[in-house]
Amino acid sequence: MLATNVLHFTRILRDSGLPLGTRSTLDALACVEVAGIETRADLKAALRCVLVSRAEHLVLFDTAFDLFWRDPDIAAKMMAALLPEVSGRGTAKPPPPPPTRLLDAMHGQQSEAAPQPTQDPDELEFDATLTFSANEKFQRLDFESMTAAEWAQAKDAIADFALPVKPIRTRRTRGVDRGRIIDLRRTLRESVRTGGEVIHLARKAPQVKPPPLVVLCDISGSMHRYTRMFLHFIHALTNASIRTTNAGQHVEVFLFGTRLTHVTRQLRHKDVDAALERVASAAPDWSGGTRIGACLHEFNQRWSRRVLGQGAVVLLLTDGLDRDDIHVLAASAERLGQSCRQLIWLNPLLRFDGFAPRASGIQALLPHATKFIPAHNLQSIKALATALSA
Amino acid sequence: MIATPTPASIDATAKLLDSANYVADRALATSVYLMLKMQRPLFLEGDAGVGKTEIAKVLASTLGRDLIRLQCYEGLDIAQAAYEWNVQRQLLAIKASERTADAHIENVIYSDEFLIKRPLLKALQGKAGAAPVLLIDELDRADEPFEAFLLEVLSDFQLTIPELGTITAAEPPLVVITSNRTREIHDAIKRRCLYYWVDYPNAARELEIVRRKVPGVDQRLSAQIVAFVQRVRKEDMFKLPGIAETIDWTRALTALDVIELSKENINDTLGVLLKYQDDIHALRTRMQTVLDDSASQ
Repeated sequence: MLATNVLHFTRILRDSGLPLGTRSTLDALACVEVAGIETRADLKAALRCVLVSRAEHLVLFDTAFDLFWRDPDIAAKMMAALLPEVSGRGTAKPPPPPPTRLLDAMHGQQSEAAPQPTQDPDELEFDATLTFSANEKFQRLDFESMTAAEWAQAKDAIADFALPVKPIRTRRTRGVDRGRIIDLRRTLRESVRTGGEVIHLARKAPQVKPPPLVVLCDISGSMHRYTRMFLHFIHALTNASIRTTNAGQHVEVFLFGTRLTHVTRQLRHKDVDAALERVASAAPDWSGGTRIGACLHEFNQRWSRRVLGQGAVVLLLTDGLDRDDIHVLAASAERLGQSCRQLIWLNPLLRFDGFAPRASGIQALLPHATKFIPAHNLQSIKALATALSA
Repeated sequence: MIATPTPASIDATAKLLDSANYVADRALATSVYLMLKMQRPLFLEGDAGVGKTEIAKVLASTLGRDLIRLQCYEGLDIAQAAYEWNVQRQLLAIKASERTADAHIENVIYSDEFLIKRPLLKALQGKAGAAPVLLIDELDRADEPFEAFLLEVLSDFQLTIPELGTITAAEPPLVVITSNRTREIHDAIKRRCLYYWVDYPNAARELEIVRRKVPGVDQRLSAQIVAFVQRVRKEDMFKLPGIAETIDWTRALTALDVIELSKENINDTLGVLLKYQDDIHALRTRMQTVLDDSASQ
């Protein structure tokens, strides 16, 4: 009975998004056997250390555990709910929905992660399309499907795309024909061929790799026209194939408007339209106001230490039009500039001839950007790639 | 050191950690017990200064095992982590054998004698019943190729040396892996481990830790310190103070003969608690509020 319960509990966690395989279920069973089931807290701790592998899943696990192991009736109901799925996944009959209470609990973490904003009547947001919005506009952006021609163009652009950043020299070495360092181990092994006589000295040299890339993309109203193109570009970067110069580059992607959303996982889908569809549903603040300062601050506090290690380069895609407190923006930009290897700022406003960085947000950001790239004509991803590799 | 067997229950594990002045909560004791019982590596993740590395040290000292530490860094490779052939000596041996015309020189130079053992290999060669504690510290600082290499060692507790063959541990070492989460460790590694997120302690546990680690500290002062630090952790900071900082700060205040926390003596010693100028500045401006809040608790 306990085994069945553990099995179903694992299934519930898997269905609510935790990366668990059959191995995890077996581990969980073994763990319960060793730890014993005298107390609830011990059982919880034991299951937690095999079923959770990321800190952000802890809340979900705790909620699910408390619900599942509190009331055997719920477990029974859950099993009943899951049963049709077990008996045949291929049949067209959709499984009946699990009890609402549990469903709510399972999604509790998500709603907690993205709480509804407290609407502050005093706070007016002003975006670049010259309209006032009293609160955040929670719109879902409908992505048009990418045309085949655009797709081909994007792929072309990415194929010969190289970031304007120097690759990092790692401390790892590889065998080369000419190099400064003599590879003694390989020399000795190769000398076996010549009867133990060392004739040729094998050499090695440090390997280089592209630095990890962190993309912070503005999706506020004033950036609306460029967002789609930017996202296509980022998707191509994320899924760069082995042949490109960016192979093996680690890319993390964040979107921000009025809040920060981490969308790396959503963007990993191979199909660009499917990926962007997921991204669109993940970010709640499409085409709303801009709070660059607050978002950069949140990034610094919550994410910078996790993703900016290993000499990361930050690509900031924004027009820099921020109506929030300019001091927050300046301080956050300074911290961001110090935490990464390079801060590259792409500003679509630069397409206008004679553009001068007069807006206060732009002036606050500018001193901390290592590179300020005039990305003209962003309608074409080709042009953007060229601008970046120049 | 005489190796003692691993504890037989969660309670015994908690008592063991406690005997070395490591104040663990029940969930951590459970994880440690499972790690010892199931012979699986323990993966500890959490902010800097919450006592991750300390667990390995405490396990080694209480169980009477050797502590083998592998500090990770970018570019860490097999030669530094596992083993390396002593090529200079091999070459000398070949030269020497030319005179004696030793036909079996190849067997000689690829033997144990010419092998330089690094932490991972040493950890696999512990005696049965006295397997060492292997601490792989700050794995997030190593790069991904090294993680891939670790997979073989962690899942089968064996290591393959092409010239020598596969070396398997008589008894798996007690592996503790720590990470500060400066990047995500690959799921394949985590899946082979028991995962535990080491959080900041609650007030009662932190007070207990401080009183044990700084034995001479005044009861009232330590309570004030802990209340203040707990309150500081609710502030919006770039780097929250860890337990290590609380202990350091308590030591600093005791050394200055402080009897009671005040705005002045906190200001003077804030550099022990917070390590970023932005954070120090932010706290100085809100000092009175934070101090009042912590005093009212």
